[in-house]
Amino acid sequence: MKTLAIEYFAIFRDHAGTDKEILQTDADTPADLYTELTARHGFPELETVKVAINDEFGDWNTPLNEGDSVVFIPPVAGG
Amino acid sequence: MEFRIQSAQLRPEEDRSELEAPSCGGYVSFEGWVRDRNEGQEVLKLEYQAYEQLATREGARILDEAAVKFPIENAVCVHRVGELEIGDLAVWVGVSSGHRDEAFRACRYIIDEVKQRVPVWKKEYYASGDSGWVNCEACATPGHSHG
Repeated sequence: MKTLAIEYFAIFRDHAGTDKEILQTDADTPADLYTELTARHGFPELETVKVAINDEFGDWNTPLNEGDSVVFIPPVAGG
Repeated sequence: MEFRIQSAQLRPEEDRSELEAPSCGGYVSFEGWVRDRNEGQEVLKLEYQAYEQLATREGARILDEAAVKFPIENAVCVHRVGELEIGDLAVWVGVSSGHRDEAFRACRYIIDEVKQRVPVWKKEYYASGDSGWVNCEACATPGHSHG
C-alpha cells in the first residue's frame, strides 16, 4: 500500500466530484491507478489521456512511489 | 520570455510593453476571443480550467522552442482561467523581433502548440441548456464529427 495525492481537472473533476483526494492504493503504475479510478469514478472513455507525476509529464508504466502526486490529463482545449 | 495563467482580465497593453526593445523592428500579437458558437451550437459562456504548475512549465518550453526555431527577441503568452463571457479575451500571445517574418511565424507556432499541448480545458455552456468539456464530451458522442 502507498499513499498518493490525486488532483482532478475538467471532465475528471466533474466525475470524481472533487478536485483532489489522498488515496491509499496498491496500484504500481499510473496505468493501474487509472484503471482503479475509472472503475471508482466512472470516467468516460477518452481518446488521449496523459499522466503527470509530481507536476511533470510521466509515463504510464513508471513505478509510483509513496507520496507521489498524480494528475490524469484529459484531451486539452486551450485557446 | 514568460508564460502564465491568470484569472484576472488580460491586459495586453501591459504585457506588450515588456516586449519593446531597441533591436526590434516588428511586433506581432494574437488574441483568442470567446466566440458565440462552436460546431453548430450557440454558446452562452465558457469556463476555463488549468493545471497551473504543468501548464506554466509546458508553456515556457513552447516559448523556448519558438526562440530556438525563429530568431525572435522576446515572447509572452498569457492564458486566462475562470468563467468568461462572449467576446472576452481568453489567450494572448505577443512576439517581438528584428524583422516581421520571424515574429509572424513564432506567434503562429506558439498559439498552435499552446492549444495542443498546454493542460488547459474549456467547458462550453450552450443555449440549449447542455454543457460540455471541449474535445472530451462532444467527441465521445457517437456520430460526432468535426466540420
